[in-house]
Amino acid sequence: MKRIGIDVGGTNTDAVLIDGETILSSIKVPTTQDVMSGVKAALAHVSGFVGPSDRAIDAVMIGTTHFTNAVVERARLERVAAIRIALPTGGSLPPMCDWPDDLRAAVDPMIFMVHGGHEYDGSPLVPMIPDEIREAAMKIRDAGITSVAISATFSPLTTECEVVAAEIVRSVIPNAKITLSHTLGRIGLLERENVALLNAALQSLGKTTVQAFSDALREADVTAPFYLTQNDGTVALADVAASNPVHSFASGPTNSMRGAAFLTGLTDAMVIDVGGTTSDIGCLVGGFPREANNIVHIGGVRTLFRMPDLLPIALGGGTIVDPETGKIGPRSVGYRILTEARVFGGKTLTTSDIAVAAGLIDMGDRDRVKDLDPAFVQASLERLGTMVADSFDRMKTSADDVSLIAVGGGAFLIPERITGASEVLRVENAGVANALGAAMAQVSGEVDRVFSGLSRDEALAKAETEAQDAAVASGASRQSLKTLEVEDIPIAYLPGGARRVRVRVIGDIAFV
Amino acid sequence: MAEVRKLKYDEADLRTLTVEDLDALEIGAGILGTGGGGNPYQGKLLALQAMKEGYEMKILATDRIEGDALCMSIGGIGAPVVGVERLREGREGLRCLRAMEELIRAPIDAMVCEEIGGANAINPLVTAALGGLPMLDCDGMGRAFPEMQMTTFSIYGHSSTPSVMCDLHGNAVIFSHAVSEVWHERMARACVVAQGGGAMLATAPMQAHYVHQYGIPKSYTKAIALGEAVIRARKAQEDPIAAVCALEGGRRIFNGKISDLKRHFRGGFSVGDIELTGFDDCSRQTAGVAIQNEFLIFRRNGEVEVTVPDLIVLLDVDTGYPITTEMLRYGQRVAVVAIPCHALLRTARALDVVGPAAFGYPEITYSPLPAFVQKAA
Repeated sequence: MKRIGIDVGGTNTDAVLIDGETILSSIKVPTTQDVMSGVKAALAHVSGFVGPSDRAIDAVMIGTTHFTNAVVERARLERVAAIRIALPTGGSLPPMCDWPDDLRAAVDPMIFMVHGGHEYDGSPLVPMIPDEIREAAMKIRDAGITSVAISATFSPLTTECEVVAAEIVRSVIPNAKITLSHTLGRIGLLERENVALLNAALQSLGKTTVQAFSDALREADVTAPFYLTQNDGTVALADVAASNPVHSFASGPTNSMRGAAFLTGLTDAMVIDVGGTTSDIGCLVGGFPREANNIVHIGGVRTLFRMPDLLPIALGGGTIVDPETGKIGPRSVGYRILTEARVFGGKTLTTSDIAVAAGLIDMGDRDRVKDLDPAFVQASLERLGTMVADSFDRMKTSADDVSLIAVGGGAFLIPERITGASEVLRVENAGVANALGAAMAQVSGEVDRVFSGLSRDEALAKAETEAQDAAVASGASRQSLKTLEVEDIPIAYLPGGARRVRVRVIGDIAFV
Repeated sequence: MAEVRKLKYDEADLRTLTVEDLDALEIGAGILGTGGGGNPYQGKLLALQAMKEGYEMKILATDRIEGDALCMSIGGIGAPVVGVERLREGREGLRCLRAMEELIRAPIDAMVCEEIGGANAINPLVTAALGGLPMLDCDGMGRAFPEMQMTTFSIYGHSSTPSVMCDLHGNAVIFSHAVSEVWHERMARACVVAQGGGAMLATAPMQAHYVHQYGIPKSYTKAIALGEAVIRARKAQEDPIAAVCALEGGRRIFNGKISDLKRHFRGGFSVGDIELTGFDDCSRQTAGVAIQNEFLIFRRNGEVEVTVPDLIVLLDVDTGYPITTEMLRYGQRVAVVAIPCHALLRTARALDVVGPAAFGYPEITYSPLPAFVQKAA
């Protein structure tokens, strides 16, 4: 099985070609302004290693920061319409009521609140009125908006209102791109609706991005199906992923963690991904990143959906070291490291310079840091170790020592010994762990909703079946499915043993 | 029939809340929620929306209103998880107010808060604003408790019926009489399930002199000050947890990481236990916190150290933000802060209702947490 993995990061674009578990080729090129020429360069390099007599490439996995950047920069977003089916509830809290003004202005929404929705037990809150939806749809059509986010009360439990409303909208606007909140988020209407609206605003960008990747692959004569990597460390077929750009928000760090698992063979460990400006520490559980189960702000918007639990630290290869006090960061020279760091001929003292002076790595001109006092270098390394150890300890889930895997371009910064770590692992190809993680990715399915009227075991079993079906629908082979996480929380003050159950399963890609 | 109503207070005594006050109140109410009480975020959004529409939220000290003024307390009742999904309609509280006035055939003069901890700190403020009434600066718990009979108003003899319960559809239910506060709680709980798991409930009005005598004083001022202290400390990069302790005579009793977390369901409540592994000055120690919607019992190395009704608060070790029971997760680093409860919750009469035994710990005797006085630096 030959696969190409590509990870587009803020600084570098990495690519690998693997055959089974063997790395045939890897490359790191600077991420270009237009993104695609960097991708093409990386692709041309690795695909050159597939000889003409060889089997063709089976799949291409791409991780990209396109969508996160668009939200953060408030750029390349499209105008959206929000239809919330929840009246009489929530009338005083319309959709986007808690968005930052600039982001709201960039999305310039049309907002409709109509009657309908369900209760926690699946009974209708009030009947939905199809004419209200139709009227909203006509106004949306007349305004020339084609991306619509639809939310409804308790839709993760009863999807009916959102599904019916989507049909009505489509009958009025045949080319509408519709995001249904229950397909993305969890219980928590405002947060789920926010995810749906962000997703709606990224629809056009999703399509053009996937098209651009598709063109780049064709240029490189790669005809294999291609996938985009997702927040949870899995992949989805590019066309499917294009309609859910929010699921690609955190694919970079996730891919690194998956790659670290692959490179070391460890399934339970901590991973630190050291970049140019920041590092992310995450936790691998069963080979996958542990997910955050709380509110995550994206571009200032409250959301609640599948995102990895990461702790960012202001420490990277370009982090500035104060030559007087020895203070490390938080500022960084970032991508200008190749001109500004001392070893590369610049004037700024960075963590990379310290590493070169200490002999941790050989790069640039070592003579340019030989004036540094060895005691200062030693003290800086210790300070750096404390920063890592502190953050490492924060993310640990038990007092037992666990392995720490260092990946990313700046992995050399991580000291050999970290308090609380049983070992610090550095591996070959650590610099392209993210691209490897992408190349190795599998497909998942998740269910997160309230079950009532069932025993705990029945609820868990039902959730598991639903999650399996979801994974198969996203392209997993059923035989390969494994249950990754099961979590259930009883719901206070409700009868019938109501409980929120979350189950996630994972499996290999089903090839036809 | 337009009739000019004579106010039972001087408008000069009112403190009008600002947007900044609401931000602080959200944090302060979260701290006093001792892990429960529901998330005040949605209430804050509703309050901000009401402010945008020109309504004003005003606080009044309990000794600045005539003793015979009629004061009505109101609070949200239901499952927090329903509240985050099925948003409020927005005027449930106002309908309670009007239904109560119609029932007793008298106008209400001021609003009272049942529970300053959590979401119920802000909900009545919105009702008061929409109804054009001041909010008395006090509450019935000084923290959060899971049940209605646990207010000082009920404990010291006020019968909370007749009460009015309004849902988002416009249904209004009147409980004309309950033979005990526990019966009232039981019936209201059954009714809220029929209403889809969330409603607003207004209890029988009290006279201002009773509220002044038996309410936990200055709840709003305190909660806002707590939130301000956290925000200020964070801005100045000082320790927000020390700031919280200093204000409330509290003590940072443990620094630990959640090393185990069990949650289950008992009699309609979210029950559980947290295990903490200490760090910093608490390394090599363990601690446990028992949960029933709120944090109830704190044990160090197996020994009971702090119990309900004193406040056991879990704060994020870095930000000082309160951690609610729903937010708990393995590996979280928390500071446990113990804050002495108000004297009104420490009498034999109060302890019968809100002491450890009332929560299923008859073997634990409540021993009052002494107020911790900060030594001058």
